[in-house]
Amino acid sequence: MEDLLQYLFSGITIGAVYAVVAIGLSMLYRSTELINFAHGEFAMFGALGLVTLWGQLHLPLPLAFVLSVTGVACVGMVFERFALRPVKDPNPITLVIITVGASIVFRGIAMNVWGKDPVSLPPFSDLESIEIAGAVIVPQSLYIVGAALVLAGTLHLFFRYTIQGKAMTACAVNKKAAWLTGIPSERMGLFAVLISAVSGAVAGIFIAPVTMNTYDMGTMLGLKGFCAAMIGGLGSLWGAFAGGILLGVLESLGAGLISSGSKDAIAFVLLLLILYLCPGGLFAQKQAERF
Amino acid sequence: MSINCMKRIVQLVIVLTLAVGPLSILHAASVYKIGGIFSSTGRASFLGDPEKKTMEMMVDKINAAGGIDGHMLEAVIYDSEGDPAKAVSAVNKLIHRDGVIAIVGPSTTPTTLAIVNFVERAKIPLISCAAGIKITSPVKPWVFKTAQSDRLAVSALYEHMQAKSIKKVGIITVSNSFGESGQEQLVSLAGDYGITIVAKESFGAKDTDTTPQLTKLKGASPDAIICWGTNPGPAVVAKNLKQLKINIPLFQSHGVASAKFISLAGEAAENIVLPSGKILVMDQLPADDPQKQILKDYETMYVSKYGGAVSGFGGYAHDAMTLVAEALKASDGDRQKVRNALENIKDHVGVTGRFSFSPEDHNGLTSSAFVMVEIKNQTWNLLTD
Repeated sequence: MEDLLQYLFSGITIGAVYAVVAIGLSMLYRSTELINFAHGEFAMFGALGLVTLWGQLHLPLPLAFVLSVTGVACVGMVFERFALRPVKDPNPITLVIITVGASIVFRGIAMNVWGKDPVSLPPFSDLESIEIAGAVIVPQSLYIVGAALVLAGTLHLFFRYTIQGKAMTACAVNKKAAWLTGIPSERMGLFAVLISAVSGAVAGIFIAPVTMNTYDMGTMLGLKGFCAAMIGGLGSLWGAFAGGILLGVLESLGAGLISSGSKDAIAFVLLLLILYLCPGGLFAQKQAERF
Repeated sequence: MSINCMKRIVQLVIVLTLAVGPLSILHAASVYKIGGIFSSTGRASFLGDPEKKTMEMMVDKINAAGGIDGHMLEAVIYDSEGDPAKAVSAVNKLIHRDGVIAIVGPSTTPTTLAIVNFVERAKIPLISCAAGIKITSPVKPWVFKTAQSDRLAVSALYEHMQAKSIKKVGIITVSNSFGESGQEQLVSLAGDYGITIVAKESFGAKDTDTTPQLTKLKGASPDAIICWGTNPGPAVVAKNLKQLKINIPLFQSHGVASAKFISLAGEAAENIVLPSGKILVMDQLPADDPQKQILKDYETMYVSKYGGAVSGFGGYAHDAMTLVAEALKASDGDRQKVRNALENIKDHVGVTGRFSFSPEDHNGLTSSAFVMVEIKNQTWNLLTD
C-alpha cells in the first residue's frame, strides 16, 4: 500500500514533467497545426540557461528564471522567423522535418556552449521531503505539478477569453479566412511559437533540479511529451496534462511492479495501444470545434 | 631543479642537435607509435580526459628521458566519445592508417568490448583502461587491462560488509555492460561472504528518476543498498534515496570514485562508502605502502602540468603506459615480443596496484588494489577496518 502510494507520487512527479512539455506541444498544434519536435530542446535550453545563470553566476532565482525564459523566447522567435516562415510550401510533413532538423542544430549548439558533462542543480527551496502515509513527496515535484497546472490554466484562459487567443485558433482553423477577416496570421504564428518556446523553457527550468542537465536531455523529454500529448489528444491542453500524468504514473507503476528495465518501453506501447483503440487520444477535441 | 628548468635544457639540447647535426636526426631510430582511444568528451569524459592527458604526459616524460632503446614514442590519440561505434572506427584508423605498435584504452567497458575482436585479429597488444571483467576473462591473448576488475571491487566491498555484519543487500545496477557485469559479480560472489541479495533492480543510464526502483528495494527490507554504475545515474540514486528518506546505508561502486560524483550528488553523497583505488586517499595511506611514492610522483607530475586534481582513471593510463614502455624494451618494435613481454611482467608497482601478469591473468591485480573509502564533508576518507 505504502509502496503503491510511493509509485503514484513518483509517477506524478515524472508525469508532471511530461505534462509541461506536452502542454507546450499541444498548444502549438492547436494554434498552428504544427508538431514541434524541437520542443524538448527549448526545455533543454531553459534548464541549461538556469544552470549558467543560477548555478554558476549565482543570480537570484527569479532573475535567472526571467532571463533564461527570455533567452529561450528569443531562440523561439528566431527559429520561427528564419526556419518556419520562409517555407514556400508549408505542408505538415515539411514543417515536422524542419523541426526535427532544428532539434539537431539546437543540440549541437548546446553541446558546444555547455559541453557534454551533466550538471546538477540544488532544488529551488531547502524544504524537507513531505511524508504522507509512509510515502514521500519531493517539494520540487510540487513545484513541477504546480507549474504544469498554472501553464495549462493560463493557456486555457488565454484561448478561451482573449481576442488574441481566439485569433490564433482562427488562424489554425483556416489561415486564409482568418487573414481575410483582418487577423495578421503571420504575427499569430510567431506569437504561437513564442508561447510554446516559453512554456518549453519553463518546463526545463522546473525540472532542472530533479534531473541531470545535459545537452541531449531534450530528446527523451520531447518524445515522452509527444507521447503524452498524443495520449491526451493533440490540441487539448487538459488532455496533454492528463496524458502526461497518466504516462508518468504508468511508467512508475511499470518500473515498480513489473520490471525497471521495461520503463521506457511502456510509454511507447501505451501510445500504440491508444492510437489503436482511440485514434484521437483520450481527450480528443470534437471535430465540430475545429471547424 | 624545477621542471620548467629541465624543459628549457631539453629544448636547448633539441635546438642544438637540430642546428649542429641534422644528420644525426636522420640516423636516429624510428619512432614507436602508440595508439590511444579515450572518451575524452561525452558522458564518460571524467574517465577519458585525465587518461588522455596522462598518456600525453607519460609519452613526453619517456621521450625526455631518451625514449625506449633510443626510439622516441609518438602518441596517436582518438576520442571515442564513449560511443562503441566511434571506438571501432578509431581502432581501425589506428590499425590500418597509423600502424601503431600497441593501443592504450578505451576508457569504458562497452567501448573496449566493441574493439576487442579487431585488436585480436590484427594482433596488436591492447591495454584497456576499463573495469569490466569480461575484457580479460576469458583471457584473450592480445588484451590486457590496468583498471581493477569489478570482481575485485565486489570482493573488497563484500569483505567490508562482512566485517560490518551486513547480511541482506538490495542491488540497483545501471543497464549497460558496466552495470550488468557488476550485477553478475555481485550475485556470484555473495554466497562466499554470507550475503543474501534480497532484491535486484536496474536503471537506464539516462534515467532522471529512480524512486520506483528504490521503493521496491526498500520493500524487500535489506540491511544495505549497493548501487553499481558510472555517473550520472548513481548520483540520481543517491539523491532519490535521500529524498525518499530511506535510511539504509548506500554503497557505491568504484565507477563513481571521482570528484565529479560528489559535485553531482552534493549533500546526498555524504556517508556513502565505496571501494576505490588508493589514489583518492594517498595522503592517508601508511608510509610503508609500496604505492604511496608512485602515487605522489604521479600527482606532482599531473598537477604541475594540468592543474586540477588527479583521479584513479588517469592512473589506469599511467600504468598502461609504464607497462607498454616496460614491454617495449628490447622488443625492436615487434608486436609479438611486446605481447609476450607484457604477459611476463611481474610485481610491477603502479598507481592502481601491483601488477603480476600471467597467461591466465591479464589483469594481474588482487583485491589489495582496492581500499574502502567513505565520503565525509564532501571529501574522501580512508576506512581502515
